[in-house]
Amino acid sequence: MTSKTMNVSLVGVGGQGILLTSDILSKTAALAGLDVKKSEIHGMAQRGGSVISQVRFGEKIYSPIISDGASNLLVSFERLEALRWRQLLAPDGKVLINDLNLTPVTVSSGQQPAVTDMDARLKAEYSSALYIDALSIAQAIGNTRAMNMVIAGAISLLTPFGDDVWAQAMRERIPANMLDVNLIAFKAGRNALCA
Amino acid sequence: MKQPLLLSANEAVAWAACKAGCAVASAYPGTPSTEILENVAKFKDTIYCEWAVNEKVAMEVVIGASIAGARALTAMKHVGLNVAMDPLMTYTYVGANGGLVIITADDPGMHSSQNEQDSRNLVKFARAALFEPADSQETFDMVVEAFEVSERFQVPAFVRLTTRTSHTSTIVDVGDDFGPGTPERKPYMKDIRRYVPVPMFARPHRLKAQERTEALRTFACKTPSNRIEAGDHRLGIITSGVTYQFVKEVFPEFTVLKLGFSNPFPSDLVKQFAAGVERLLVIEELDPFLEEQMRALGLRVVEHATELNMFEMNPARLLALRKELLGDVELPETRRADAGLPTRPPVLCAGCSHRGVFYTLARLGATVTGDIGCYTLGAFPPLSAMDTTICMGACIGNAFGMEKAGIKGRLCAVIGDSTFFHSGLTGILNVLYNGGKVTTVVLDNRITGMTGHQENPGSGKTLCGDPAPVTDIAEVAKAMGFKRVVTVAAYDLPELERVLKEELDAPEPSVVIAGGPCRLAAKLWNLATYGVDEAACKACGACFKLGCPAITRGAASPDGKRFKAHVDPVQCSGCTLCIQTCKFGAISKIR
Repeated sequence: MTSKTMNVSLVGVGGQGILLTSDILSKTAALAGLDVKKSEIHGMAQRGGSVISQVRFGEKIYSPIISDGASNLLVSFERLEALRWRQLLAPDGKVLINDLNLTPVTVSSGQQPAVTDMDARLKAEYSSALYIDALSIAQAIGNTRAMNMVIAGAISLLTPFGDDVWAQAMRERIPANMLDVNLIAFKAGRNALCA
Repeated sequence: MKQPLLLSANEAVAWAACKAGCAVASAYPGTPSTEILENVAKFKDTIYCEWAVNEKVAMEVVIGASIAGARALTAMKHVGLNVAMDPLMTYTYVGANGGLVIITADDPGMHSSQNEQDSRNLVKFARAALFEPADSQETFDMVVEAFEVSERFQVPAFVRLTTRTSHTSTIVDVGDDFGPGTPERKPYMKDIRRYVPVPMFARPHRLKAQERTEALRTFACKTPSNRIEAGDHRLGIITSGVTYQFVKEVFPEFTVLKLGFSNPFPSDLVKQFAAGVERLLVIEELDPFLEEQMRALGLRVVEHATELNMFEMNPARLLALRKELLGDVELPETRRADAGLPTRPPVLCAGCSHRGVFYTLARLGATVTGDIGCYTLGAFPPLSAMDTTICMGACIGNAFGMEKAGIKGRLCAVIGDSTFFHSGLTGILNVLYNGGKVTTVVLDNRITGMTGHQENPGSGKTLCGDPAPVTDIAEVAKAMGFKRVVTVAAYDLPELERVLKEELDAPEPSVVIAGGPCRLAAKLWNLATYGVDEAACKACGACFKLGCPAITRGAASPDGKRFKAHVDPVQCSGCTLCIQTCKFGAISKIR
């Protein structure tokens, strides 16, 4: 692995827009002239299960898989999933967590105990994690489905690409009639993490 | 500046098919191969493409196109190849006319499959050619080359993808001159000696097949797809497919023989490579396919204790191998996964039309043989309404076998509409013909669900979105001769229970069609929203037994052991099932 390579793992729950977010991140890196690999696991995971997508970019990328302990950035779209994928994070890696709880059906149906001390465990696991309430921000914009682009806006501050490159990637990937609200969501996410 | 093109290997196959002038493409969906035909459909102006009812039919269609002289492509997941083997085994004897390319998408690690068979064994078994690309660019280049090789050697040519090539996007240069290819079409001439391999004609084919194998083995030693990357020769590594990427990451300084074309095995090239290195190491994903052939050549291969022949390869596993063999690396201290967290398995969607059937079958205490699709999720708690799942279409034969083996109690086979068309038709006919009593429930949501909503013979549309005849499953069963054929609404729990009890207890075979559209596909996810009256809810837990992701835990009872229900308004799709399970009228429509 060259020192310039950046490894980003995006995790969350099927249906949250993780794959689109990783698509746009990888497109942004490609537009910036870097080599990119984006690997995702879907299939059975699309029905409310855990989802993971991994994006690597740099001068030359070989492995599509990020080893445990090698993610420079771990982005979790949900709080429990942030705990689930802790092994991915590099010792000096950054963590971005969407401040959202989605109860798995294993808990809601009473088969498995809930995590009752989530705040404490997240704090113990990630002392300097960044949090963003992307759902509330997306609600304020008027489109909860743009939550993923709010998160993308926050990711943009933790990755080395200008927002103009991000906007270009979004223009290429998002249908024209949905583009404006997603660009607004992206900006709102960027501003929220700055604040 | 040219815009970089990011393609998954699945997408790259479609671009390559266009460039190579492929004329006919046919496939049945299956993760991780599904997106191949979905992307071929983007080139439908030059490629006829379709969803076949199953992989065997798809293989027969592309063999037909190849016999007619056109270039043709089929794609399937590894277990789909098992279904398609019968026509393939003979066509490799007959020999391809127009170029025939077969994509098999293996799933090491079983991300979305019931086994992790290494399809390379089947390719060798069938005496076909085999390319193993390591990324999307190679996939694009090799699919184009595979068409050429297929025509030049008259052999069906495989391109083997795996989940980590199929579902990894990498930058691809499709060339400045990209456009639909116009290869010279092979003439079709009637020739029963070739195309009707009765035994007297098949025996000469057997010899020809052997000649092709040897000619391809010579080709394999010369093709640029097999290349030596020079490096430190104290260790020589032979690898193929995506595993190459992990080798470059973990053993960057050593010399590598990268096999992009691995069957027939390039024996002379491998022997030559082996002669130039001190130690010979094979790194491949799944079975020791290359390794066994190297050992058969009498080559000494490095032995190691690190297990590599099961599950998905990754850099961490190779790092452990490097530590064992060379002792010059330390394994990084990483956090361990937290095994104590509640799991988040996939679940049937809120409002899924399959849920009521499983809820009812669980109440009836039936032994349920299941099948492949979203509805396999009915096996898991709290529904727990499935006993077996073996392969596409197996549920009906399995149930009949259990019946004949004398299993006690109610017995039922459950199959989705797409799986029924794929390989359930023959199963129910067998039950009827042999006097079985099995009840087959077809969960008819008019779409191929699990793979992401592909059209099928029940959906009224083709792959390209054109209108198609809608096959009525009830009419099919009646035409076969079933006396008991019942269609029941999937959201009416009392009626479901009445019908299923009657049919399961009947002394005759029956087919029950439980119909309701896939809410995700039909975009019916917000018909209504329900709420729970906290005062009326007695925390009895009845609605939790539905396993609906929209029903979550509300306030705890005073003893803390039971919980009131809460309906998540974002997920609730208004299907009415929870209202029907509540004896206290605590759940009602709020919007």
